[in-house]
Amino acid sequence: MSRIGKIARRTFLIGTAAVAGGVAFGVYAARKPAPNPLTPKDGEVALNPFIVIDGDGVTVIVPKAEMGQGVQTTWAALAAEELDMDPGDLRIQHGPPGKAYYNRGMGTQMFPTAEYRLSGWQEALGNQMSVAGKFLNLQITGGSTSSADGFEKMRQAGASARETLKEAAAQQLGVNRSALKTEGGAVIAPDGTRLSYAELAVAAAEIKPIVPDLRPQSSWKHVGKSQPRHDQMPKATGTAQFSLDVRLEGMKFAALKRNPYQGGGMAGFDPSAALDMAGVEDVINLGDGVAVIANNSWSAMQGAEAVVFDWTPGTYPETSDMIFETLRAAFDGDVNSTLLETGDVDILPDGATEITADYQVPYLCHAQMEPLSATALFTGETMEVWSGNQIPIHCRDVAAKEAGLDPEAVTLHTTLMGGGFGRRGFLDFTQYAARLAVKMPGVPVQLLWSREEDMSHGFYRPGAVSRFRGAVKDGRAVMVDGQIAAQSATASLMSILLGMAPMGPDKITVEGAFDQPYALPNARVRGYLADMDLPVGPWRSVGASINGFFFDSFIDELAHAAGADPLAFRLDMMRDEDARSASVLEAVRDASGWTGKTPDGVGRGVAFCHSFGTPVAEVIEVHQTDAGIKIAKAWIAADVGIALDPKNIEAQLFGAMTFGLSAALHQQITFADGAAEQANFYDYDAIRMHTMPQVVDIRILENGHRISGIGEPGTPPAAAALANALFDLTGTRARRLPLAEQFDFAV
Amino acid sequence: MARLTINGTAQTVDLPDEVPLLWALRDGLNMTGTKFGCGVAACGACTVHIDGEAVRSCQVAIGDVWGEVTTIEGLGTPDAPAVLQQAWVDHQVAQCGYCQSGQIMQAAALLAEVPNPTDADIDEAMQGNLCRCGTYPRIRAAIHDAAQKLQEA
Ligand code: FES
Ligand code: FES
Repeated sequence: MSRIGKIARRTFLIGTAAVAGGVAFGVYAARKPAPNPLTPKDGEVALNPFIVIDGDGVTVIVPKAEMGQGVQTTWAALAAEELDMDPGDLRIQHGPPGKAYYNRGMGTQMFPTAEYRLSGWQEALGNQMSVAGKFLNLQITGGSTSSADGFEKMRQAGASARETLKEAAAQQLGVNRSALKTEGGAVIAPDGTRLSYAELAVAAAEIKPIVPDLRPQSSWKHVGKSQPRHDQMPKATGTAQFSLDVRLEGMKFAALKRNPYQGGGMAGFDPSAALDMAGVEDVINLGDGVAVIANNSWSAMQGAEAVVFDWTPGTYPETSDMIFETLRAAFDGDVNSTLLETGDVDILPDGATEITADYQVPYLCHAQMEPLSATALFTGETMEVWSGNQIPIHCRDVAAKEAGLDPEAVTLHTTLMGGGFGRRGFLDFTQYAARLAVKMPGVPVQLLWSREEDMSHGFYRPGAVSRFRGAVKDGRAVMVDGQIAAQSATASLMSILLGMAPMGPDKITVEGAFDQPYALPNARVRGYLADMDLPVGPWRSVGASINGFFFDSFIDELAHAAGADPLAFRLDMMRDEDARSASVLEAVRDASGWTGKTPDGVGRGVAFCHSFGTPVAEVIEVHQTDAGIKIAKAWIAADVGIALDPKNIEAQLFGAMTFGLSAALHQQITFADGAAEQANFYDYDAIRMHTMPQVVDIRILENGHRISGIGEPGTPPAAAALANALFDLTGTRARRLPLAEQFDFAV
Repeated sequence: MARLTINGTAQTVDLPDEVPLLWALRDGLNMTGTKFGCGVAACGACTVHIDGEAVRSCQVAIGDVWGEVTTIEGLGTPDAPAVLQQAWVDHQVAQCGYCQSGQIMQAAALLAEVPNPTDADIDEAMQGNLCRCGTYPRIRAAIHDAAQKLQEA
């Protein structure tokens, strides 16, 4: 049978559209290719897992979680650049789980070194480690790695496809490949004959894929320019399908209810009151919780509240006070990491003034706009799962485990997601849906978490405490000695991804503090891990979301103690250490017209954080009004190395800053009697239209020697910039979050 | 069993009378453009119009619906978007997009009442609609742009 025949027999069910009889081809450039999940057999057709061509045109597979960051559009533009196609003419699908979709961008983040200091060999090694990552099934969207991950491989996929299609045309026309051009999805012969990619695809699939050089940046037509996002119209018309929008024939609606004392068990439950309710059909035991089945989601959620439970206690300290006591006690235990140590911090330099400050930040919920859910259908031999997730291979495998099936018997559809912010990198919402489906064979079921269920069950951003000691002399910082204690944000995730908890220094706990580009003659940053069962995990910008506040606030305190202008003080220490970071600070200074002086009733703060390879500086301006303090204006500058899509980068920057301001202002998850006290947006509020500052200017710099991420780095400076501005306005230094507890904001 | 007029079409929903309109749309009629974010009138993701007025559909039982319902699907379609929806596309407003159906329905009601809203009008009208992605600057720009286009038309 011809190869195309074999492919044609197999229908790729990808997302909502079927690509039947399509040809997926190109080359997969790693030395030992991972099997192409788009082909029947490894190596049978020389294939690229990223580009599929059928009679209707070209589809690019973007195996990344689209959570709002625009990754699908950016990756499509990268492929389009080499394919000589208009990015708007490409169809985009998420594709199935596949080892070939390992994340190549994660490697450099594994080094316990400040990213701004990474040398050439470390980066090369990082890339090697990333190749190793594919054997660990790391198909993950996270760590602001997508741009770096896709930057080369999507262009390679496009370039290889283009040249191989040209070769097919060359053979057909009896001319040399070099005599051919490509344009608008077709190969053009010297005499003007056009052969569309679609008509060449079958022949091209027979040819050994060609691996051409990538085009130089100077010739780019699409990459580097703002692209209209392909998901805008669906999202403006309510036609985009999110996880909760999956609708299947005969589908039941279910609501989850689990033990609010997280980690505790279920000794028993009485479903009778729920079963009496209109619309409720069943209450199903899921082990440590139940699912209430109904003919609509609301009745299911009402039913879930009516079930009477006998919960057993959770496995962590019961109150916030006790939890933070445990965090502080970690300072008396072993040091987990000392990733920054220069000079001598034990001796106060002669004539220097010593400053100390303790800080604290709360636990936080992701509160992504779309509550968690997944949908599953179990037939006995197979399972089909729809889930908006960041780790598709792991989600497929956990569903298979629940059903006692081979992973191959599970089809996982990764849907659009209404925000993620790190929460969708966990398995629980997929796992519970699969567990429920197994108990309802033949019936498709959607398992929804109410907002309250979502908010009361972490993986929370860990709360953290820190102690800083520093010294200033002659207007400069001469010493910084920081200690940070928290639960590890990534240990639980790494256990899921790698099957083991990582050992050694936990870089994430101190990132945003140990790795900042300041020339400090005497400096040390030590991390301490508190061991508690309270579920924690990555939250947009992870450790830097904590240390961006701790470290930069302390730098600001040092600046004031030194009698220096806070921006000039930072710049002074940064210029020799990292010119790229200094340029970012200068850009925000110029954009905001920073003078260091503010009139009465106006306060300004600047903050800086280098995270995920991207230096970001923000200035926030606050105004005292009759109604309270208003966050009035914001300026942002960032260096992303190479800006793939400036308008999208802008959106990520002000979005990430807003995410940080929301947390700084309002948010905390506190615990009483072992349960989270916050339930919904009325007690876990965020920045809204009327409290959003005017984003006056965003400056995007491109001085980096490599591409860096943008989904997260806008978050870390936000809280510090706001707290520093409040200090300028009121003279009161905020050393803990949230700020609305300590300042009178206009609401 | 409730009889409703939605986007100009008479519909029958076979769900208990106390079920909120949100879930009648989403689960009873498979009209999933209207979103669930909180269920307690705290986020605005579920905003629809009843007789032209913006309401939180998670708070109105189907038995109590007092007039004609318009949802995001009734405002315009990808092939024939409303001016406001096109402004959303032109300004590249959506990030995750989950809140945007509600934002657009709220903004449509604002423009119907105040054809040329000031920033203060926008603050006032839109503050019940949460966006966790922080798209507010572009929402504001898209509303101003649509207001202008609608007045020129
Ligand atoms: S779902 Fe109705 S206001 Fe949030
Ligand atoms: S675009 Fe994501 S919540 Fe508004």
